[in-house]
Amino acid sequence: MARQTQTKSASKKKKASKMKTTKKKASSAQSKKKATPKPAPKLGLSNELLLQMHRLMVKSRALEERLIKIYKTGEAFFWIGGPGEEAYGVPLGLLANKGQGPKHDYFHLHYRCTPTMVALGMPMIDSIRLIMNRSTDTSTGGRNFSNHYCYPEWNVVPVGSPIEVQYQMAIGTAHVQKRHKAGAVTIVTGGDAGSAEGDFASCLVWASRPANPLPILITVQNNGWGISTDYDGQHGETSITDRGKAFNMRTRVINGNDPIESYIALQEEMEYIRKEQKPVLLEAKVSRLYGHSSASGANFVQNEDCCINMFEERLMRAGLLTEDDASQIKAEYEAEARAAQEQVRLEPSPQKETLWDHVYTDGENGDWRKF
Amino acid sequence: MANMAQAIRMALHFGETKLEVKDVFGQDTGPPLGGVFTATQGVECAWNTPLDERGIVGMALGIGLTGERCVAEIQFADYIFNTIDLLKIAGNTLWTSHGNYPMPIVLMTPVGAGIRGSVYHSHSFDAWATRLPGWKVVIPSNPLDAYGLMLSAIEDPNPVMFLKPKALLRVRGEELIPGEPDDEKKLKSMIDAPLGDRSKWKPKWPKVEDYRVEIGKGKIVHEGTDATVVTYGRHVLMCKDVAEKYAQKGKSIEVIDLRSLYPYDWQMIKSSIQKTGRVLFVNEDTEVTNFAEHLVYRCTQELFYELMARPRVLAAKNLPGIGLPAELEENTVPQKRDIERELDELLAEIP
Ligand SMILES: Cc1ncc(C[n+]2csc(CCOP(=O)(O)OP(=O)(O)O)c2C)c(N)n1
Ligand SMILES: [Mg+2]
Repeated sequence: MARQTQTKSASKKKKASKMKTTKKKASSAQSKKKATPKPAPKLGLSNELLLQMHRLMVKSRALEERLIKIYKTGEAFFWIGGPGEEAYGVPLGLLANKGQGPKHDYFHLHYRCTPTMVALGMPMIDSIRLIMNRSTDTSTGGRNFSNHYCYPEWNVVPVGSPIEVQYQMAIGTAHVQKRHKAGAVTIVTGGDAGSAEGDFASCLVWASRPANPLPILITVQNNGWGISTDYDGQHGETSITDRGKAFNMRTRVINGNDPIESYIALQEEMEYIRKEQKPVLLEAKVSRLYGHSSASGANFVQNEDCCINMFEERLMRAGLLTEDDASQIKAEYEAEARAAQEQVRLEPSPQKETLWDHVYTDGENGDWRKF
Repeated sequence: MANMAQAIRMALHFGETKLEVKDVFGQDTGPPLGGVFTATQGVECAWNTPLDERGIVGMALGIGLTGERCVAEIQFADYIFNTIDLLKIAGNTLWTSHGNYPMPIVLMTPVGAGIRGSVYHSHSFDAWATRLPGWKVVIPSNPLDAYGLMLSAIEDPNPVMFLKPKALLRVRGEELIPGEPDDEKKLKSMIDAPLGDRSKWKPKWPKVEDYRVEIGKGKIVHEGTDATVVTYGRHVLMCKDVAEKYAQKGKSIEVIDLRSLYPYDWQMIKSSIQKTGRVLFVNEDTEVTNFAEHLVYRCTQELFYELMARPRVLAAKNLPGIGLPAELEENTVPQKRDIERELDELLAEIP
């Protein structure tokens, strides 16, 4: 399966060059933004923000690469995650109105959103507890796959495995947010192939009803693949966002390998949604750097763009980062991830006595043997 | 006396004024219709959704994730099947999130045959519903229970499926809902929407009071000592009629209205069977992997040596559909004559 994924990736060069065209368009959008004042907006955003995004991207990558190692050394059953999607995921997390309840943004994420979680502030160790199925895992109590995050304190609702159902649930949180009139947004993420599911279409229908348009940022992280099925294997539409046009929905395609373009675009679209209380359909073209999951080998794919390398080159050219800085930051996060794994190794796994916990709330019995 | 549709309406009104229900929604649940069975008529927070069952359940799940209360409707249980993976999610959200996210939603849907509903307006969902761990499943057999179960369902912090036996929605009860006017004509004039233009109509709600039927508790609707019949929904009425007929023949049949399918009132079933030694389970879902088979299994495990006869299940034939003509429907789903036949055998069996 791994080999198959590799060869298919090779045939994808065409798409990568398409991506570059999008990038050109994006840089013109950036130059329009140049009016933003201090400090030295060489790259369209403040230096501080650029360096913060860079650190978070590296942190997220170091974490994912640690998760893959954990899987490969037999300390986890399965890995799936988001290495290659940092340039898009990090700004998404940074731009959120973070908090609990309908006055804050809701996240209906899929399994490639470690970058967003890291940007929201998730400690590395949480993700390691999850993949190693420890009872200390606060997302699932050690019950579920890697990257199936859940953080009620940040409105990150449980990530599930069934593709696309999150688009169906997102309409509900958005509906409630609208009632609370705090300008909060529901953010839903998913992959390109998943947009074939009816739930994606449902989301477009419900979000755009003139009777009650909803404040949802409907996003697609398009890595050009659905496991081994390539983009042309299912998409007759020129762009996934074209489907939004039929619903009179504002749409946008961005180069999700560019953190600056992603940040600026997401900021604009989120502001629009907060203000107008209407949906936006946004597609971010991203890379898939380690294949689909551990089921396809989780090996590094050479022929896809690496957003961190590209961003570091730009930061270096702008004099904001040196090679030494970059390797130091990387080493720092790798060490943090390694230390976290060592700690997690010592933590307990869930025990059979807890099997029936949380079938119902407040410890109510769900076992028919005890009715 | 209110009928079941009116009782549900009054419960939803109580829910939106006293129990913080913010949304009641489904296909045609809002004005002007108020539901194809009028169960949401006049409810202020009721609105019409797109014709999209998955969207309806997804909307409910999203609202549930925020902690707000809602009651969603699937117009007919026949059309709930394409939502089943979302129903699984409703049931597993608390468990997979290790207690982080309760799912306090109510989903109601009309079930069962008995109105000449043909192939696609006669499905049952009770057996399917009991295969969705994490849900509670209730099914009333009369307006007062419908009222009391709905209020309990709304307040329950877990997902509750409220199955409405569609053949009973127009049937009046024998007991008044607390606060309901005695005169049914008066009730009708207060809460039934007029024919024709309804754009200016508003219901005048009676001051209905809080009344709960605890989820998980059955009710003995006919006491007896010779055999136990465990049933729910529309078949409660049939089984009760049969029990009354048998009483005249000197046979004493105990009828239990289960009311909740999950969690179910095992203690009530158990003590009744310990008294009678004979049990028949009756419902109208298809007979293979029927919910009653689980109950029979449990009887054989826990009460084997107290049984005086083989426990029996009377359910609908395992057919792909229910044919429209009376001849077909009545030979598919259990009728009184079938209940009598099974009871006769049950009572005649000598251990
Ligand atoms: C409903 C459903 N069908 C199939 C699967 C198996 N599956 C997991 S990921 C995946 C491909 C998803 O592709 P895409 O939506 O592009 O997201 P990506 O993994 O590329 O980020 C499939 C088919 C699933 N999890 N859920
Ligand atoms: Mg994909």
